[in-house]
Amino acid sequence: MNTISKIFLRREAGIFVMIVLFCLAVGAFKPQFLTLQSLRIVLLLVPLILIGAMGQMLVLVARHVDLSIGSTLGFSAMVVGMMFKYYPEIWWPLGFLVAIGVGAGLGLFNGFLITLFRLPAIIVTLGTLNLYRGLTYIISNAKQIDRQYVPSELKAMSQTSPIFGIPWIIFMIIAIALLTYWFAMHTRVGRQIFALGSNPVAAQLRGINVSKITLLVFALSGALAGLAGIMYASRWGFVNPSNTGSGFEFQVIAAVVIGGVSINGGVGTVLGTVLGVLLLGCVSSALPLLGIPGTTQNAIYGAVIIIALLIDRGVRQRAIKTISAKA
Amino acid sequence: MSVTEKSEIAAAPQRESASARPRWQVMLIRPELMTFVLLIIALIVASSLSPYFLDIAYILDSFTLSAELAMVALVLTIMIIAGEIDLSPASGMALAACTFAYAQQAGVPIPLAVGVGLLTGLAMGLLNGILVIRFQLPSIIVTIGTLIFYRGLAQVIAGDQSIRVPEWFIGINRVLVFGIPVPVLVFVILSVVLGFVLSSTIYGRQIYLIGTNPIAARHAGIRANRIKMSLFLLIGITASIAGMMTASRLGSVRYDIALGGELQMVLMAMLGGTYIFGGRGSILGTFLAAWLLVIVSTGMIVANILPAMQLCVLGVLLIISIIATNFIYSRTQR
Repeated sequence: MNTISKIFLRREAGIFVMIVLFCLAVGAFKPQFLTLQSLRIVLLLVPLILIGAMGQMLVLVARHVDLSIGSTLGFSAMVVGMMFKYYPEIWWPLGFLVAIGVGAGLGLFNGFLITLFRLPAIIVTLGTLNLYRGLTYIISNAKQIDRQYVPSELKAMSQTSPIFGIPWIIFMIIAIALLTYWFAMHTRVGRQIFALGSNPVAAQLRGINVSKITLLVFALSGALAGLAGIMYASRWGFVNPSNTGSGFEFQVIAAVVIGGVSINGGVGTVLGTVLGVLLLGCVSSALPLLGIPGTTQNAIYGAVIIIALLIDRGVRQRAIKTISAKA
Repeated sequence: MSVTEKSEIAAAPQRESASARPRWQVMLIRPELMTFVLLIIALIVASSLSPYFLDIAYILDSFTLSAELAMVALVLTIMIIAGEIDLSPASGMALAACTFAYAQQAGVPIPLAVGVGLLTGLAMGLLNGILVIRFQLPSIIVTIGTLIFYRGLAQVIAGDQSIRVPEWFIGINRVLVFGIPVPVLVFVILSVVLGFVLSSTIYGRQIYLIGTNPIAARHAGIRANRIKMSLFLLIGITASIAGMMTASRLGSVRYDIALGGELQMVLMAMLGGTYIFGGRGSILGTFLAAWLLVIVSTGMIVANILPAMQLCVLGVLLIISIIATNFIYSRTQR
């Protein structure tokens, strides 16, 4: 098999073609969709989802799921926002440390419950989804952190740019995607996550510390959600106890399954996830342009998840057929 | 030869006496008992907070608020026992309520509109069932997808406005039969029927076997797929009835009816001692848990606890209840 057909057979190629076709189709109706300006809109729409998707990808690869990231995002954002509000003189980049630390702590708590008591991740994170959201209300007294409290340097990260008019936040997500790629593909621990997800029993027999890896993926997922939390404050300039991060988990799961991460664990690539996020971003930014009301967005997300699951199943069946045909 | 035989004979009663437990323990150490004790404790605490809790009419009235969710939780319990899960029925309630309200607003007579709502429920169950059974996708992820999808469709149908329902249709929760509000009565009847089906019919026992050991169930010739499909259809229909009952109680329909209701449904099932990995659990447990939850949440409102704090309590309760249930099941024999 030559190199070109190998590239086209990859899952990522399929998503890329879908993005191109979708953009061309929208562009045919609304030419202004194919401009740099709308690329900018898409790029500014996706950073939070991309950050969350990197963590969720690792969790799904390890054959778990994390529903609590939206609330983790909200809680970390609220902690950081309150820190800025009550200690305005604090050095602002410290907020990143706090947000990531808080997020990692919440993620670890999920991981502990799941590994210590051998509980299914879905139920635990459904519980903590509500627990963390409730805690966000309690620490904030149900009050919003307004624009004036968020440091202007932080807000500037989403607007000002070092080069070519590309904001800092874009460089940041590129760095995160590259880091995740390196971690997942080129470190021992990263490969162990894949081994665990494709066959938990075999992974344990191979001497992989399953509890440690599970804790790690949930901590990472939480930490990235925390980072997304401070970036939310940067991007929108406020933190609201009820809105911030609500429904985030669904957008992220949609993006990740579109990106070809298998829900049966063990399969997933950073490139696929990034493309999945971009496809979701293109769809979301095209809707208002096409005059489709925003109320359809959730239905489209849901439909997209179901379709992606079906495609994933088709791909898997074909893979099984090819393997058994060769054998 | 004779030596080994002897030692086997000697060992056998020992093994048995080690594993056999007094009958009263088997009868009593059950998750349902935990639920029942918690229910009594909750009642005592709540009645010390407010004398209203000793008034049965007050409790029945509070129960109408969650009777719809509790109805679906009963079917969800059977679903979890069969080894599948459905997270979408709370969204399904909203979608069925929206299609019903939309149809009657468009001039369809009410009985037909109710039919539209029921059909919606059937269709939702069918879609879930096809995805899980025909395409063999994990029900957890599929129903997360349909959870968003159904809620989204409800939003498409209703938009951001609320749809009024006709005056005479409003207030099913205020209609009393023998002094009991209709939703509570429906819930109790459904509990009795489902409890009977689950515990005393072949169909019900087959559900337990599917959840305990799917492979053994297949060898026993049980049509697991057909049973699971029937459960998906049943939960779809129940959700649509619950949705329309909510519409009648609220007097108008919005797309965010029962938003986040999946937490309470799963919580009722888990608090009632349903084993999350399938095969164990009972309708009685969920029935008791529904009352427990109503008393806890009403108690929190009476005690003036912040709504946010209530969210925390529900989340923590969910985690604690599944830890406790798993613990009890790991201690008692199967």
